[in-house]
Formats: sequence, C-alpha cells, structure tokens
Amino acid sequence: MEVSGELNKQANEYISHYPKDQKRSASLPLLHLLQKEHGYIDEEGVNWVAEKLDIEPINVLELVTFYPGLRQAAPGKYHIRVCRTLSCAMAGCYDTMEKFCEVAGIDRSKVTHHNPIAVSEDGKFSIEFAECLASCGTGPVCLIGDDFYESVKADNVAELIEKYD
Amino acid sequence: MTAPKYIKGKEPHKSEYRMVFRNVDRRGWDVSIKSYIADGGYKDLKKALKMKPQEITDEVKTSGLRGRGGAGFPTGIKWGFIPPDNKKPVYLICNCDESEPGTFKDRYIVHQDPHQLIEGMLISCYAVGAKVAYIYIREEFPEGAKILENAIEEARNKNFLGKKILGGKFNCEIFVHRGAGAYICGEETGLIESLEGKRPYPRIKPPYFPAALGLYMCPTIVNNVESLCHVKHIIAMGGQKYANIGTPRNTGTRILCVSGDVVKPGYFEVEVGKITMGELINDICGGLRKGRKLRGVIPGGSSAKVLRADEKYTIGTGESERTIGINDIPMDFDTLAACGSMAGSGGVIVIDDSRDMAWILNNINTFYAHESCGQCTPCREGSLWMKKITDRMVSGAGVPSDLKTLTSVGDNIAGRTICAFGEACAWPTQSFVAKFPEDFKKHTSRRNAGKQLNPESKVAAASLKS
Ligand SMILES: Cc1cc2nc3c(=O)[nH]c(=O)nc-3n(C[C@H](O)[C@H](O)[C@H](O)COP(=O)(O)O)c2cc1C
Ligand code: SF4
Ligand code: FES
Repeated sequence: MEVSGELNKQANEYISHYPKDQKRSASLPLLHLLQKEHGYIDEEGVNWVAEKLDIEPINVLELVTFYPGLRQAAPGKYHIRVCRTLSCAMAGCYDTMEKFCEVAGIDRSKVTHHNPIAVSEDGKFSIEFAECLASCGTGPVCLIGDDFYESVKADNVAELIEKYD
Repeated sequence: MTAPKYIKGKEPHKSEYRMVFRNVDRRGWDVSIKSYIADGGYKDLKKALKMKPQEITDEVKTSGLRGRGGAGFPTGIKWGFIPPDNKKPVYLICNCDESEPGTFKDRYIVHQDPHQLIEGMLISCYAVGAKVAYIYIREEFPEGAKILENAIEEARNKNFLGKKILGGKFNCEIFVHRGAGAYICGEETGLIESLEGKRPYPRIKPPYFPAALGLYMCPTIVNNVESLCHVKHIIAMGGQKYANIGTPRNTGTRILCVSGDVVKPGYFEVEVGKITMGELINDICGGLRKGRKLRGVIPGGSSAKVLRADEKYTIGTGESERTIGINDIPMDFDTLAACGSMAGSGGVIVIDDSRDMAWILNNINTFYAHESCGQCTPCREGSLWMKKITDRMVSGAGVPSDLKTLTSVGDNIAGRTICAFGEACAWPTQSFVAKFPEDFKKHTSRRNAGKQLNPESKVAAASLKS
C-alpha cells in the first residue's frame, strides 16, 4: 500500500515511543493514523500495519474487529457520534439521535451490533450511538468528527448540522 | 500564587475545596506552560527531586490518599508492591480512559490543566523509579490527546522531562497512547494488554498484579488521572497536612460529578466525607426540578449499586452505630460501602420520581452488554441476557418470571469472572430489581402486556429482533 511520506514519518515516530522489542504496542497509534487519512481500515491497511510492526495481519485485524473506534467501512464525510448512555438518555439523547437522522437524511433501521454506522444517501453524514463520552453533566453530548458538543437537544440539531458542508 | 478568579457563571460552590480543580474554569487561565509556571507550577517537581524516592512514597502513604479511579485502593501502598529486588524497568501508566458512565472529571484536568497531570506523573515516576510513562487516553478525547502532546513538548523544552531533568540524574519520558473506544480498557490489566497492542482482555489476578507483572511483564503502577494530580499536592503540603483534609481514612479532596435529575449538574471538588448526599444534591446542585421527589441515587458510577431514597442505612460500628436516611450519608469511601454501595469513580447519578427504573436499568444493561470483552462466559452471556430481559420488559413483552430470572443471572455472574467487570455489570441488575420491584412488576403484569411505556421502548423492541 502507498502511504504518504508524512504518514510514514509519523508512524515511525509512534513506533519509537515503545521499547525496540515491543513494536506491536504501536498497533493502535498506526491504525488511528490510517483511519484518519482514509476514513476506515481495509485489508491493505491491516497488512501495512502488520508489516510495519513485524506481526501477523491477524493480530492487526483482531484489533480492528474488536474496538468500536476502528471501522472497516467508509463513514460519511462527517461522522457523528451521539452518546447513548444513562445521563444523556435522561437528558433526551434518543430524541437528539432521531433529529440528527431526520435532518441529515439518515436511515438507521438497518443498524445492528456488527454494523453500527448508518450513512446518509449523499454520503455527507454518518451516525452512530457511542457509549458514555464522559461529559454526563452536560448531556446530551455528541462528537462530530473531532468536534465535541454539549447540551445538544433535538431543537438545536438543525443549526448545528448547518456548520458542516 | 494568587487566589484564582473564575469565569462568570462557573465559580466554584462555596462548600468546595478546590485543589486539583483549582485551575478549572479559571479566568485568564490557559493550558500553556507559561500560565502554569507563572502560578508556581513545577515547583513541587523541583522539591520532589531533592527528596529520596522512598521519602516521596512515605509522604504519599502518610497522606492516606486512596485511588480515585474506582476501587479506592491506597496509592502509597500500591507503590510499595513493586518487588524490592526488581531488576526490570518499571513503568507508570496514567489511566485516562474515563469511561465509567456518570464520571466526567479527568476530562477537565486534561483539557484545562495538563501540566498539573504531567507534574504529578513526573513526581510519581521519580518515586517508583519509572523512566517511561504512558498516558492511556480514551479515543473520544481527541482534543485532550493533542493538548497533552503539546504540554509534554513544552515540558521537554524546559527540561522538566527528558534526559537529566533539571540538571540532575533523573531521566523520564511521557508518551500519550490513545485507546479506541472500549470501556474495558479502563480496567488496568485490560489497559495494559491494549497498550501492548493486543485485544484488551483483562488478565487474571493473581499472578498478574500490575505492580509485579504489568506492562511487558515488568512492574507497572497504574493510577487514575485525579490520583496522580493529588500526588503533586501531597508533596506541596506534606503528607500529614494532606491527611488533615477530609476525614480519617478518607483523606483529601475528591471531585464528585453529578448528573441526572438535578437543577444544576456539574463537578464539585469537596473534602472527602465532609458533605452529605443531601447537601450535595440540595445545596450544591440546587435540588431536584420543581415538584419532583428523589427516588434513588447511583453514588459512584453506573456500576455502583443504586440507593433507594426512602430506605434507612445503618453506618458506624459499636457506639458510633446509627441509622440514617439517604440525605445524611457522608460522601466517603467507607460510608458508601457500609450503605451497600460504593464511592467508586465519584459519578453521582440522581434519579427522580418521573423515571421508570426498568427503563433506567435497561439503559445500563445495554451499556454493559456492549462493553463486555467476551472472555468469560458468565459475563459475556449474562450481560447480554440481562439486557435482553430488560429489553423485553421495556418493550411490553415482559413475563412475571422475568424478575427472578434477572436476579439469578446477575447472581451467577458476580464473583465468577476474570475481572471486576463481572461485578460492575451484575450490581445494577441485582440492586435495581431488589430495591424497585414495583417498577419491574409494572412491566411484567398481564395488564400492561404489549404496552410500550417508555421513550426507549421502540428501540428496545427493535433490538430484540436483530
Ligand atoms: C471494568 C472496569 C473499568 C474501569 N475503568 C476505569 C477508568 O475508566 N478509569 C480509571 O481510572 N480506572 C478505571 N478502573 C479501575 C482501574 O482498574 C484501576 O483500579 C485504577 O485505574 C487504579 O487507579 P487508582 O488507584 O489511582 O484509582 C476500571 C476498573 C474496572 C474493573
Ligand atoms: S469479566 Fe467480562 S469484561 Fe472482565 S474479563 Fe471477563 S468477560 Fe471480559
Ligand atoms: S452519559 Fe453521555 S456523556 Fe456520560
């Protein structure tokens, strides 16, 4: 797989954070780098990480399939994560989720445990429920990409979405 | 050091004792090392480096500091578990996974006062003999990871970090390691596996107590963000003086995070055991919404057993034994344990009489079913069964035997698993069903068959099909 020189440099920097005989520790950092650049991790990505760290591809794939933060399919241009857990639910996050789907044109009816992300038809937005985002006092909260938002009631969803185009 | 002023509307409550949260929401404050040094930052590191490592551990022991991550284990004693004849490298890991539902304190330290954490970590590394430390931060704090990386770079430029720190013999590096969205990475041995680049399957204890066999099978100290910040203040004031804050055996301050049905949710740093549940909810958090009554409180993160508002609690032993109501419970480790729950992570979730406890439990069960790592059969299957049973109840398809089945599933998980997640997922079910049977019976009575009584009912019904 072709990766940019910059990405390769960053990968080497991460590898240097761990003892020389423990390169495998850099698996998650490398996967994050790839996912940031490509949006998700595919087979080529898995092989690239494995080669870089001198481990078997299965040792990388088993991480991709375990961690909710790693994806095997492309999300939308903007990926939304709405907190689903108790304090946010008490503050109305299910309504927030419904509103996001309505405004962004996303159908969540096909969502399952193994396929938690739903993408809008135009590919602009994707959405999933996340578990407690550690801001329970200001729920409902969500992440759009790396941007964090507090008190996202159904009423302010439309305005929030407008910031992204 | 000048007395800090705070952003308008975010001033600490008058019953707070701000130490670790001194700089949170502070006016004119930013995350730069300049701000931190101008306020006297890194002075305690200098002081610590003039002491012997063992003296620092002794101060921490004297302070009585108990871990703020969940278990409340005495920090100094944990540090003392590193085998004395150890020849391997020692590691320190800062647990910044903050993912216990209801907990939101480490977030503010990382986002607003990263240098306090770094200083606390450096002092701790020096004390335990670690030359490399990792901050394991949850993936959902992308901004926090950047702030920490920046702060580490700033500290390195000033030679607080790196080789021959401040001209002495101490070398130390700190690296940020991002997780990938799994709650089990907060469990210390799961965290270590994750940091080693594996699936975060917790290790069996014994023998894998991190202080003896941790990261790369070397002695490893894992401490919570808040705990490591306290170390800095212990060195600043001395262990004995720190021990005078709070109450005996429950010393110092701790940050309580309140969410749920209160007028003013938020984070509050208070002396441990000096305020009661009633003061926390009614004075500090402005009480419940108009016309609402308290029904229950989850006092230490979602895995803590729920306390029922109209129950009586017996605390103390011998002559000091007394029976109190929920509002009179002092917020400390030992009392909350005596009340049958725990102080846990400091996440207090308040529930009023508008809520249906079956719905609340269903939400919690959904969390644990999603987060079980899957290694142990009782936990993997049980957490899912508990979710499915409450799904069924909430979606209007409950049957009378569900209550018994639920409790029996919970009873068969706790104590039969590799890690404490087993307890964490069983305690909510065991306590909610035992304390609020009327709510669960409502869902299993014939009268309500087919009725969807909750906003979550539809979702629960849908998830039963998938
Ligand atoms: C399922 C589970 C999740 C945990 N999550 C966290 C967490 O997010 N943050 C944390 O500091 N400790 C967490 N802990 C506790 C850690 O295992 C460990 O006890 C703690 O980090 C030790 O730090 P302390 O002694 O400073 O409290 C968790 C424990 C369990 C069993
Ligand atoms: S108790 Fe649960 S989370 Fe812990 S190791 Fe077993 S299956 Fe994994
Ligand atoms: S419950 Fe949503 S942030 Fe914690």
